[in-house]
Amino acid sequence: MFAYVLRRLLYALPILIGVNLVTFALFFVVNSPDDMARMQLGVKRVAPEAIERWKVERGYDRPLFFNAAAQGSGQVTETIFFQKSLRMFTFDFGRADDGRDIAQEIRDRMGPSLALALPTFVLGLFASVSFALILVFFRASYLDFWGVVLCVAMMSISSLFYIIGGQWLVSKLWALVPISGYAPGFDAARFLVLPVAISVIAGVGSNARWYRTIFLEEISRDYVRTARAKGLSERVVLFRHVLKNAMIPILTGVVVVIPLLFMGSLLVESFFGIPGLGSYTIDAINAQDFAVVRAMVFIGSVLYIVGLILTDISYTLVDPRVRLE
Amino acid sequence: MGFLPVLLWTDVLFFLLLAIGVATIVHVRREAPLRAAWRRVGGRPSGMASAVILLAFLVVGLVDSFHFRPQLPVANGAAENVPVAHSSEVLSALDVLLAPLRTHVEKTYSAPFATALYARETVELPGGGQSRIYPRLAWGGAHLGEATGERDADVARRIATGVAGAMAVWIAVAAILVVMLARRRGNGMGEAARALWRGETDLAWRAALVTFACVLVVAILAIKLAPYYHVFGTDKVGQDVLYLSLKSVRTALIIGTLTTLVMLPFAVALGIMAGYLGGWVDDVIQYVYTVLNAIPGVLLIAAAVLMMQVVIDTHPQWFSTAAERADARLLALCLILGITSWTGLCRLLRGETLKLRELEYVQAARAFGVGTSAILRRHVLPNVMHIVLIALVMDFSGLVLAEAVLSYVGIGVDPTTISFGTMINMARAELAREPSVWWSLMAAFVFMFVLVLSANLFADVVRDAFDPRRS
Repeated sequence: MFAYVLRRLLYALPILIGVNLVTFALFFVVNSPDDMARMQLGVKRVAPEAIERWKVERGYDRPLFFNAAAQGSGQVTETIFFQKSLRMFTFDFGRADDGRDIAQEIRDRMGPSLALALPTFVLGLFASVSFALILVFFRASYLDFWGVVLCVAMMSISSLFYIIGGQWLVSKLWALVPISGYAPGFDAARFLVLPVAISVIAGVGSNARWYRTIFLEEISRDYVRTARAKGLSERVVLFRHVLKNAMIPILTGVVVVIPLLFMGSLLVESFFGIPGLGSYTIDAINAQDFAVVRAMVFIGSVLYIVGLILTDISYTLVDPRVRLE
Repeated sequence: MGFLPVLLWTDVLFFLLLAIGVATIVHVRREAPLRAAWRRVGGRPSGMASAVILLAFLVVGLVDSFHFRPQLPVANGAAENVPVAHSSEVLSALDVLLAPLRTHVEKTYSAPFATALYARETVELPGGGQSRIYPRLAWGGAHLGEATGERDADVARRIATGVAGAMAVWIAVAAILVVMLARRRGNGMGEAARALWRGETDLAWRAALVTFACVLVVAILAIKLAPYYHVFGTDKVGQDVLYLSLKSVRTALIIGTLTTLVMLPFAVALGIMAGYLGGWVDDVIQYVYTVLNAIPGVLLIAAAVLMMQVVIDTHPQWFSTAAERADARLLALCLILGITSWTGLCRLLRGETLKLRELEYVQAARAFGVGTSAILRRHVLPNVMHIVLIALVMDFSGLVLAEAVLSYVGIGVDPTTISFGTMINMARAELAREPSVWWSLMAAFVFMFVLVLSANLFADVVRDAFDPRRS
């Protein structure tokens, strides 16, 4: 298994280089650093000196790929591609426009992001799977029909509605929890209850429906009929046989997102003023801080690849037939 | 008054999409298996009901896609041979139909059916001195004059006549349907009407008629009431919210359909090639979509939109009107969403092609010496089209929802483009006011909910009808 993971990690390298090239092309080739400077400093009537200063401050004054003016290896290293793109592999992201170190900022903000994302993930998974199991238990009945209708209706509602409506109802009208904000330590729970609840409710519709189809597909298999034939109760069939065997398709969708939990949720964090990575990203997008967006793209891809590898490993845990070689 | 037709890029593609749709319908009518599959869609009540609602939205979006620039009035006393000038404002046919809504602009917020503004204002009394009052609206209930107390009676009267009118139209349509059904089934009118009433027709006409009745009532009430009242209130700058909601429909439809349309050629060509050819072609294509997949969607969209904004802002000479610039941004957003979303479909098609290439009929074609491109076109492509269709309808609702979120994040449509996202974005701080301004948010959410819900229901029915693994 170790060899397998190692090989997967090596295979991840070309993908990361590809991601790097895509972001590099987006940020430096489609637009020259001059364009970006003009965009930041205001499009009209900006002095060439101001543009130069902006570029020097951010290290964008070098050539893209090849620096003919430098000596020796500097011809390759003293370029934007090397300095801005390849450096990311060492998790050196440079500085944001406000002068702070991006890597440090990311470390600081990971905590609040996880404090929100982890409970949301666990509770959301639990709620969706339980709801789906209830629907499957009462399958082909009115309860099942209206449950599915409820799911479709819930997934047709914009996530913005859940957030805005929830904030308005719970925080403003009932004044149960603060509208937004964050506090470190256990005090954070006060601020996290509502965003977690809203995220869980917003996701339960589509997830429960998805799990229901998985369970239904599983329940029509022969082994389920055998289990029923030997006299097992429906409850035991569902929990001991169907749920276990449905783990593989569920894991495929679920494990990939676990590492991405670090990235936080863009919408929820920015609406509730939680100082995590999601709101960091949104602020960077709104301030057009290219360095931060680039760093987040890179981290996101790394985490996604980690998620893929974790998915493969998780298969071996739930399915003894799967061996990684 | 003359006008100058304007063909925006999204209009062209939207019309192209409709042409493809019409061509598909013609094609489906000739192919028995496809006809049978679509009959299964029409046989389901939820399929027919959602199709009626989607059709209503489509009509609104289509009317909103005929753009033109009105001619500016020639100044009095101007020379005869002055070239005709056209306004830089681009209007659509929908704007003309909704002219009363578009031009009835109030000062600021007003509640639905209100006759006075939402906020108090200080006015000078005629006899000197000042007073804080709710000023009378310029347009909302203007025909009532000062007798604002009669508003409820007036609204009730209009609703009654509107519902009566809707019923008359509905009965006429239902009668036509009964005649057509009777002719097709070759039996009497009474029997056809009875079959319709019991829901025993081949296609679920009863569900369609019921939904049509709802659409009709809403439409006729809007026609009856909207010119006299602000049915959904007005927003911060006094624009009618109903007008904004109707204009948003086109943006939502464009995002939901064009995105899939622009990515379709890539996804289909690459997916089929990867699956059929295998070898290094497969490796390269898989590598490309793994890379694109690895980048979190929102961030890739954000990065691409930021860059596109720079391009648009640094090349103002490309666009002659603000509408064209906003349109370019809308199209670019569709492209970007397409680039980030083609990977899923591509992977599905690759997997399906892998299965197809081992089937006997493809093997036979290869043994007969049919060329690769001919096999792909004639034998593989038609047999993966159901996946394409399912992807098209399944993606629609997600894209409509995504537009609102992206516009909120600031990487969506141009701020001057009217869309559900921009409406929500402008209105979201207003709930905090006292009393809260809920109507523009509510209107945007209700419109979006109806559109997305019917799209979801329709997608389910289409998937059930076309997916061979189901049923």
